[in-house]
Amino acid sequence: MTITRRQVFALGAGVAAVAITGLPRVALAEEDKVQAAIDAFSGGATPETANVTLTAPEIAENGNTVPISFAVDSPMSDDDHVTDVTLLAAGNPSPGVATFHFTPMSGAAEATTRMRLAKTQDVIALAKTSTGKVYIDRKTVKVTIGGCGG
Amino acid sequence: MAKSKPRVKVPKTASKDEVITIKTLISHKMESGQRKDKDGNPIPRQIINKFTCDFNGKTVFSCDLEPAISANPYLEFSAKVPESGTFKFTWVDDDGSEYSSESKIAVE
Repeated sequence: MTITRRQVFALGAGVAAVAITGLPRVALAEEDKVQAAIDAFSGGATPETANVTLTAPEIAENGNTVPISFAVDSPMSDDDHVTDVTLLAAGNPSPGVATFHFTPMSGAAEATTRMRLAKTQDVIALAKTSTGKVYIDRKTVKVTIGGCGG
Repeated sequence: MAKSKPRVKVPKTASKDEVITIKTLISHKMESGQRKDKDGNPIPRQIINKFTCDFNGKTVFSCDLEPAISANPYLEFSAKVPESGTFKFTWVDDDGSEYSSESKIAVE
């Protein structure tokens, strides 16, 4: 079959239309999954953008091992301490990365680990305290080589 | 599978109620379940899904890991040392096996 010039243009327009309508839907599905994970963790409370500091590289050359750390500002006393911190990766096949459980014996609510990132995306840290507060922080990490295998 | 070997770094001594930093690393491939072998069949997931740090029998810090954690999972966290004692670290594999390591610390 020979393709005429006119068909090439028609095809191009079709692809463009799919790209325009298709992409936001994918992004929305990701956003939904992340929102569901945030809701499951916070139990309905609206997270405040405060107290949590998420440290991640701006550009990660290798998505297989991306160093990531967080610190939550908290007195870590028996009455007021951070109980759980969860890390989420918005663009991974499943958003959950790890959930950390702290006690007053932890001394400080901070940890460092290494994670996989499939592509350029937002990384989110959520912290829950014993007083029922929920805090959030997010960082965008640019990924050169994705790290979830094909 | 190659045996998973934990490596832990804990200071030998601390002052009372000091907050110390503990670093742990365990060799494990953390197979995510997302990869396919060369015939296109998915490789089953096998990861370390839980890590616990106990001090004198009480849990100080624990962590649930997902497949998004890199191979040879590295964890750095803090702990308060009220008295001399032993830290016990436990890693739980998807296949049910447990790897553990202990470190003593003395309060001066």
